[in-house]
Amino acid sequence: MDGDLAESGRRSEQEASQMTKFTSAFAAGMLAVVAMTSTAALAATPKDTLVIATTIDDIVSLDPAEAFEFSGGDLLQNTYDRLVEFDPKNLGAGYQPGLATSWTVSADGRTFTLTMREGVKFQSGNPFTAEDAAFSLRRAVLLEKTPSFILTQFGFTKDNVNETIKATDDRTLVIVTDKKYAQSFVLNCLSATIGSIVDWKVAMEHEKDGDMGYEWLKTNTAGTGAYALRSWKPNESYVLEANADYWRAKPAMKRVFIRHVSESASQRLQLEKGDIDIARNLSPEDIAAVSGNGDLKVAEDLRGRIMYMSLNMKKAPLDNPKVVEAFKWAIDYKGMTDTILRGQYTVHQAFLPLTYLGELKEQPYSLDIAKAKALLAEAGLADGVSVTINHRNEPQVMAVAQAIQGTLTQAGIKVELAAMTGKQSLGEYRAREHDIYLGAWGPDYPDPHTNADTFAHNPNNADEAKLTGKLAWRNAWDIPEMTKATAAAVEEADTEKRAEMYRSIQREHQRTSPFVILFQKIEQTGLRKGVEGLVTGSAISSVYYWTVTK
Amino acid sequence: MSRAGSITGGRRAWLSSRSGVIKAGRLLASLAATLLGLLLITFLIGRVMPIDPVLAVVGERATNEVYMATRAAMGLDEPLIVQFFNYLREVLTGDFGNSLLTSRPVIDDIARVFPATLELATVATLIGVILGIPAGVLAAVHQGRWPDHLVRLIGLFGYSMPIFWLGLMGLLIFYGKLDWVAGPGRLDVFFEDIVPQVTGVILIDSLLAGDTEVFANALSHIILPASVLGYYSLAYISRMTRSFMLEQLAQEYVTTARVKGLSEARVIWRHALGNVMVPLITVVALSYASLLEGSVLTEIVFAWPGIGFYITNALLSADMNAVLGGTVVIGLVFIGLNLLSDVLYRFVDPRAR
Repeated sequence: MDGDLAESGRRSEQEASQMTKFTSAFAAGMLAVVAMTSTAALAATPKDTLVIATTIDDIVSLDPAEAFEFSGGDLLQNTYDRLVEFDPKNLGAGYQPGLATSWTVSADGRTFTLTMREGVKFQSGNPFTAEDAAFSLRRAVLLEKTPSFILTQFGFTKDNVNETIKATDDRTLVIVTDKKYAQSFVLNCLSATIGSIVDWKVAMEHEKDGDMGYEWLKTNTAGTGAYALRSWKPNESYVLEANADYWRAKPAMKRVFIRHVSESASQRLQLEKGDIDIARNLSPEDIAAVSGNGDLKVAEDLRGRIMYMSLNMKKAPLDNPKVVEAFKWAIDYKGMTDTILRGQYTVHQAFLPLTYLGELKEQPYSLDIAKAKALLAEAGLADGVSVTINHRNEPQVMAVAQAIQGTLTQAGIKVELAAMTGKQSLGEYRAREHDIYLGAWGPDYPDPHTNADTFAHNPNNADEAKLTGKLAWRNAWDIPEMTKATAAAVEEADTEKRAEMYRSIQREHQRTSPFVILFQKIEQTGLRKGVEGLVTGSAISSVYYWTVTK
Repeated sequence: MSRAGSITGGRRAWLSSRSGVIKAGRLLASLAATLLGLLLITFLIGRVMPIDPVLAVVGERATNEVYMATRAAMGLDEPLIVQFFNYLREVLTGDFGNSLLTSRPVIDDIARVFPATLELATVATLIGVILGIPAGVLAAVHQGRWPDHLVRLIGLFGYSMPIFWLGLMGLLIFYGKLDWVAGPGRLDVFFEDIVPQVTGVILIDSLLAGDTEVFANALSHIILPASVLGYYSLAYISRMTRSFMLEQLAQEYVTTARVKGLSEARVIWRHALGNVMVPLITVVALSYASLLEGSVLTEIVFAWPGIGFYITNALLSADMNAVLGGTVVIGLVFIGLNLLSDVLYRFVDPRAR
């Protein structure tokens, strides 16, 4: 396209001066813009305001009956209360009185009578009563959204819910389960997001076609929580305003601004500048920079996500216990958390995440190639084995897969890696067609049964049973004894005894299961130095803002 | 004579208005066909993608009953063609459906994200035009000398640097170190929701409300991302201007003008540049349109809630109502800009009238 320029011959003074004029006018203009805008930058956020950069694009719904994502949990944790709740200052203490001050359980272990707290008001000004509690729990069952199973597993159905969840007076809620369950199991489930108590008058004011306010509550909140939702812009930001009458304490942060910033470097820059107080999605490199900055600090918290590898018991020779054990010794757990997973995962070898009731800290396995080789030789496979590991095509999982491939190869196990989309890998996994699956599992509610039910419970190992929700079934692991033990743990009334039962199940699981539990997720948060009291909720809960001061 | 003249004049006017109607009709028909094709293709691509929109709503661990109920509620159990016509029928009544991800009407979402993109793209294009055209002219006039090399180098840099990197570096230097501009986002959080939303373009809304503080803050936020995007369009516009100008400067009328003793400035800025306006309008319109699609990477780096991020996010979650709604908007933008360039041609080029 470039043509030749006819030799212009002469260029007048005028032209040259025109160019200079243009250049200087442009430079002056740019300077003016810069001068005008540079004054607008603020130095730090106000004392009573918290500004947080995080990702909120996973939020699908703000209705507690439907929300099932991390960011949604964070929002609802602060805008609603539940009947029983964890104490953010002592999460390890287990469930504590929330909107219910006390409870009794009948002799047969099926009837829970909960006494409601007095003097609590919803953000609308309506007083909180047992009717609200009954409405909220029934509503969650009736709406049948994804997390409803957390409640329906106690036998509540559309047909019986008016009888089984009932307010007998303003202060008393009675819940009747279909059979005996551990008190801790029922109460832990009530502490999940789905147990959030909704202002039934407000919800019903917005009812449309019998939806119990569902359409409206998808984008609004109506709770008793420490904060009310002031504005909500999906994928962009939301603003929380403190509830001055909050029954626990007066939140020090009057307003909390949550902004969607997906890029770690952008979050870090804003944190360094003091435009935000908290950055929740910093990459390991940015975390390193933040920890080296005197004005900033890094907080670390455990999350519920577990990374694991599992061997399909339908595939020989993987069904040989010696081979399974060889795999467990042929993985460099610590090597990975020191390098590719640094600051993101910690070594963890039991199926319950740490901070759960019944957590098990023991780590019996470490990299020992000689031992792995010896075990393979004992299994008659001294010449080696060939396997395929299915995993998702996500960078982190792929890095782990490659590291595992490296050490397994040293032990004489030839590994082919099959990176797949989520749908593909899940499809094969659920159809029990994989050799080995490498992936992650996150607990659904803050009770040990959530993971025990999937990792250590398989009532029918037949293909036709199609228990695709259970990882034990997906790996064709037939465990009548452990299934019984897991079922018994769910019914144990004595909480300490129950915790011990889970520890013993996990020890047995560590020893014999085809699951190689690898890591537990860590969350690292960057904060301005003055920010105190932020609790991100560990594995069992979500973030709390009312405890924050600065 | 005068009567006859007026009759002929009237007939001519009638004839030309009739051909005008025919033209307009043809235009509308081709518009409708374009949009329909666009929708159909986007719809089909959305359906063959290996992402399950139902799973995006209910999560991986939903029971089969919940899954099937949701699937039916979303109308996904119907045959593809029925699904498409159902969708089309609703679109024709102005209903683009609800987004799965935001649980809000798609039309509301787009009304929120599109002005953000429009604002950014417009400022960026202004920067690109104001700097790019003179730079291109300068390069052409000084062909082979240092101003030319400089402009070409700047253009090359703009073309070849990943916009993601450019954005981050810009943030690091002008926001992080020099403190000249505000950081990511459209406004500081404290300025949000202060001025009433009229157009959704904060620079305009704040002026309408007479709030200069909000205006200054919005300007401080937009200047960096707009410069980054504007740099890219500058690179394109200056390169094209340069080559158009080189072509014109070689024409005989330029020599004639010089021989006539016109000042060099008049020859270049009036005569030569005047003649490259038509192709330049196309170039600017194309560059503007591509910015109006939304620049996902820039939007991510600058936490700019625009349509690029919205559609990408929707696409990755198979939120097809949102994707289709966004596609229609972008389709309309392209069509609108094409029409606008046509009008502008007539304005600058007498032959096109």
